[in-house]
Amino acid sequence: MIKGLFVKKKKYATIPTGKVKQDVPEGIMSKCPECKHIMVTKELRKNLLVCQACQYHYPMSSQERIAGLIDEGTFTEYDADMISKNPLEFPDYVEKLESDRKKTKINEAVVTGEGQIDGLDVTLAVMDSRFRMGSMGSVVGEKITRAIEKAIENERPFIIFTASGGARMQEGVLSLMQMAKTSVALKRLSDRGLLFISVMTHPTTGGVSASFASVGDYNFAEPKALIGFAGRRIIEQTIRQELPEDFQTAEFLLKHGQLDGVIHRSQMKKTLGTLLKIHSEGRR
Amino acid sequence: MAAELEFERPIHELEKKIAELKSFMDEKGIDLTDEIKRLEEKLSNLEKSTYSDMKPWDRVQIARHAERPTTLDYIGYLFSDFIELHGDRLFGDDEAIVGGVAFYKDIPVTVIGHQRGKDTKENLRRNFGMPHPEGYRKALRLMKQAEKFNRPIICFIDTKGAYPGKAAEERGQSEAIARNLVEMAGLTVPVICVVIGEGGSGGALALGVGNYVHMLENSTYSVISPEGAAAILWKDASLAKKAAESMRITAPDLKELGIIDEIIEEVKGGAHKDAKHQAELIDQVLETSLHSLLAMSQEELINQRYEKYKKIGQFGFVNDSIVVK
Repeated sequence: MIKGLFVKKKKYATIPTGKVKQDVPEGIMSKCPECKHIMVTKELRKNLLVCQACQYHYPMSSQERIAGLIDEGTFTEYDADMISKNPLEFPDYVEKLESDRKKTKINEAVVTGEGQIDGLDVTLAVMDSRFRMGSMGSVVGEKITRAIEKAIENERPFIIFTASGGARMQEGVLSLMQMAKTSVALKRLSDRGLLFISVMTHPTTGGVSASFASVGDYNFAEPKALIGFAGRRIIEQTIRQELPEDFQTAEFLLKHGQLDGVIHRSQMKKTLGTLLKIHSEGRR
Repeated sequence: MAAELEFERPIHELEKKIAELKSFMDEKGIDLTDEIKRLEEKLSNLEKSTYSDMKPWDRVQIARHAERPTTLDYIGYLFSDFIELHGDRLFGDDEAIVGGVAFYKDIPVTVIGHQRGKDTKENLRRNFGMPHPEGYRKALRLMKQAEKFNRPIICFIDTKGAYPGKAAEERGQSEAIARNLVEMAGLTVPVICVVIGEGGSGGALALGVGNYVHMLENSTYSVISPEGAAAILWKDASLAKKAAESMRITAPDLKELGIIDEIIEEVKGGAHKDAKHQAELIDQVLETSLHSLLAMSQEELINQRYEKYKKIGQFGFVNDSIVVK
């Protein structure tokens, strides 16, 4: 089932090198990778990239996510021109970044900015798994931190859509420290009484799962998203037993009390809008 | 007897040879004083060059040494009246993390650290120093208690990583680590972290958001183990030595990357050679750090921590004159 999709993902949660298998569908017709249902691509897009037959949620690019979520014409991007260096002088890293920039038309694995949802102001960060598997290096950490600082400055809620294999190995321990950097900023946001909503999308693992993704005032996830700390293969090797099929899915986390809810993509904007409205009434 | 480390073998061989010559001299009554003196000089030079030019992989081996002093060893040397406190009040007590209250000189403090074992039996009990969520939640409980009673917190970091197991995932390993990062950021008391062995990824960082982060000279701090990195990069875990060099995981590397504050000198050949003396070397740095933090207000402590982490990272902009490469 869902397993077959992530064959390349089953390595180690912190190490995102594999390509995203299911990019945005091309062509007039699209075949659902889950149930093989054939759909008109245009219809699929209108349906926010959710299969009409089996409700499989295709991975979304940051551009598509923002278009589907933020009120038209209200989005302003922050720090779009920030790019990674190669602090460890890692072989091939610069080339890989360059090729991902070309492929995705974005400069790094997260897009940040501000806009409105149902007319209410939000600060937003959307990770993009097409770019280095959404992994977090210095730029991702810095952009998210700056976005949180903007939210504090403007006294606005902060919403993040995560999609990440974890810390970016090519920047070594600098990547690890971005977990701490984003956390100190989130603490300041929280101390100011501001709202933080985390929406985990497929996949959210390793260092991203073990930092900002898991500490929202509300933690949500998209159906069947892979969410976890350690990689499935590592765990199977460690405990020497097979894991249940739904292990580390959004539904699994919900069952174990780690999520406030699993939200279908068609209900996402509405749910966030309602929450924002609840928080805009009363004191904040 | 400590297990022999690969890079120390030439030293041990020379030591053995000297010992042999000495006993030969005593037995046969032949004067070999000059020869012995020459070899001893050679040994001294060899030691100097070996220990002053340690390769990353040599340090990894020392950091992992079975007899390397652990959190409880240092607690014994550095603190008095230590009372260990157990349990997270939610699920259980994880012995891969120890914590409690004690006096540091005459200052009441809270001490927390990863705890691995030195033999198989203790390692099984301690889960090889790889915590479950309840370990991190116990640590957080003790930190919050320290904050309530205005006690400084000292954390010792020594883990291969958070435990990658089924139960750990079910109980929210990610959330436990993430929560500690956020809550440590806001503590109103001084927090000093010392990496004493291996600092393995998020599982280490979950005790590592401090006002000061120091590392013992031969400890490591990394996003992934050298074996893990090698397996990913070259599909071959046996290339760990090469990975250790390219990943920049040693104390001098982290100092250069602007992540840690001070490198704490180790006794010659590694902390395991003389734990008591090593504790004294830690003591010197700890005392200075603690006193400088005790002079700060609650707000200053939180802001100092904020600025410390905010500045970690390297990035550029598309239009920079010197772009990447």
